[in-house]
Amino acid sequence: MMDKKKVYSFWFLMPALIIFTVFFLIPTVSSLYFSMTVWDINGARFCGLDNFKMFFQEDSLSIGIRNTMIYAVLTSVLKLIPAFFLAVLLTSRIKTKNILRSVLFFPSLLSLIAIGIMFKAMLHPSKGIINQALSVIGLGGTDWLGNTKTALGTVIVVSLWEGLCIATMMFIAGIQAIDANYYEAADIDGASWWQKLRYITMPLTKSARNSIIILAFIDGVRSFELIWAMTGGGPGFATDVLSSIVYKQYAAGYYGLSTAGNVIMLILISCLAYPLQSWLLKREEESM
Amino acid sequence: MKKKKHMYLLGDILACAGMAVVYVIPFLFILFNALKDRKEANKLNFTLPEVFHFENFLEVIQARNYQLLTAFKNSALITFFSVVLLLIVGAMAGYIIQRRRDRSVRFISNVFMLGLMLPPAILPTIWVLQTLHIYKTFFSIVMIETVLHLPFTIMLYRGYISTIPRELEEAGYIDGCSRWKIFSQIVFPLLKPIHATVVILNAIYIFNDFTNPLYFYPGAENATVVLTLYNFIGQFQSSYNLLFADVVIIIIPMLILFIFFNKKIVNGMVAGAVKG
Repeated sequence: MMDKKKVYSFWFLMPALIIFTVFFLIPTVSSLYFSMTVWDINGARFCGLDNFKMFFQEDSLSIGIRNTMIYAVLTSVLKLIPAFFLAVLLTSRIKTKNILRSVLFFPSLLSLIAIGIMFKAMLHPSKGIINQALSVIGLGGTDWLGNTKTALGTVIVVSLWEGLCIATMMFIAGIQAIDANYYEAADIDGASWWQKLRYITMPLTKSARNSIIILAFIDGVRSFELIWAMTGGGPGFATDVLSSIVYKQYAAGYYGLSTAGNVIMLILISCLAYPLQSWLLKREEESM
Repeated sequence: MKKKKHMYLLGDILACAGMAVVYVIPFLFILFNALKDRKEANKLNFTLPEVFHFENFLEVIQARNYQLLTAFKNSALITFFSVVLLLIVGAMAGYIIQRRRDRSVRFISNVFMLGLMLPPAILPTIWVLQTLHIYKTFFSIVMIETVLHLPFTIMLYRGYISTIPRELEEAGYIDGCSRWKIFSQIVFPLLKPIHATVVILNAIYIFNDFTNPLYFYPGAENATVVLTLYNFIGQFQSSYNLLFADVVIIIIPMLILFIFFNKKIVNGMVAGAVKG
C-alpha cells in the first residue's frame, strides 16, 4: 500500500490555502475589529459598539437591515411555488419542454446590471411597456420604482424573474432523480394526478426545496447589483439594503460604518451556516 | 387517451405563450429598441424599428474613445487569468481534500466552505491590498476573483474526484511516479469533464461581476465590460438606443456560450448550485 500522507501531500493544498487566507480569511477576521472603529483615510480608532448602535438607531441605516431581511426572505420563499409547478410542467410530456427550459434558463447567464437596465426601461412610469400593458387591461400603473411604497416590491419581483430560472432547474433535477417505480405503484393504486404530485413529487423534492431556500436567502442578504442598477437605494432610502449601505458609506469615507454593515451581513448569514453545511455534506455523499 | 393528448397540446400552447410573454419579450424589446434611431427609441415602444440602425453598435463601441474595446480586453484578461488559476489551484486542493480524510484536512475543507456563504468584507480587503501595496493592480483583482470563486471550484472538483478510482494512483505509485507526476500526469487529465464545467461557469460569473471590479479595480482605464455598461447609464440617459445597443453587445457573448455549452452550463449550475 502507498503512503497516503506522502502521495497526497499537504503541499498541494498550500496555494489555495495561502490565497484564501490572505485575500479572504484575514479580511473577514479583521472586519470584526474594523467594524468597531471610527475609520477613515486618516486611520482607525477603536470606538466599541458605536457603529452597531448607530446602525440600529439611525433610520437611514436601520431601514437597510429591515429591507435586507424582507428582500432575502421574500426572494427565497416566493419563487418556490412557481418554480415547483414550472418544473413539473417542464418534466411532463409536453413537446416544447427542451426549448422552454433553455429560454427559462438563459437569464441566469446575464449580468444583473443588464437585467436592471432592461427592467428599468420597461417600468418607465409613462412610456414603459409594463404600464402600457396594464392600461390595456384596464389597470392603472404607477411609478413602480419611484414610489417609496412599491419600489422594494418591484425590485423583488425582478429578482424573482431572474432567480426563478435556477430554482426551476434545481427542482427539475430533483424531480428527475425520483424513481419511476413510485409513480407506477401509485398508478396501480389508482392515485390521481394531484395525489401523485402531493404525496410523491413534493416530499421527494424536499432537499431541492431546502437548498433553493438557503441559497436564495444567502444571495438575498448579499445582493447588490440589481438594486444598485435599478434604484441605487432610492427613492430616499426605500430600497437601501446592507450592501448598498456598505457602498454608500465607503464612498462617503465612513469606512468603519461600512465595515459594520458587512459584519451585520455576516451575522445574518452565519445564523444559517449550520443547515447549509449539513446540506453540503449530504450533497457530497450523493456526489456528482 | 385522446383527451390526454389534447391536454398536453394545450399545455404546450399555454406554456409557450406564457414563457414568450415573460421571458422573451424583454429581450426582443431591448433588441428592437437598440436598432432604432434616438427619437424612436426614446418612446420605448415594443415595435419593430422603422429603419434598422445597425450603426448604433458602432457608435457605442466608439464612445469615450473606444472604451468598450478596452473594457472587453480588461474583462477578458481578468477572466482568463482568474480561471486558469482556479483550474490549477482548485484542482490541486479538491484532490487532496477528497483523498485525505484526516482531521486537519477536514478542518481546512470546512474553512473553505465558509467562503461559499460569507460575504467578502470590502474595506478590510482593501486594507490588506494596500498593506501589500497591490491595491488597484491587475494582480489584485485576479486574486480577488480567484479567492471568491475558489470554494465553489474546490467543491466541484472534490465531488468529481470522488468518482475516480484510487487504483490508478496506486498503479502510478508502484511504477515509481513522483507525487507531482501522479497528480499532473494521471489525475489532472482525467478531470477533463469537470474542467470544462469549472471554466465555463467561472468565466460567466467573473465576466459578469460588477461589485468586485467596482471596489478593487477602479479607474476609467481599468473598467470592465459590466462597469462600462453601468457608466453608460448616466451618459446615454437620453439615448436608449445606444444604452440598449450596449446591453445587446454584452448579451451576445453569453448567448454564444449558451448555444454551444447549453447542457454543460445547466448541469453545472444545478449540480454546483451555489453561486460563488
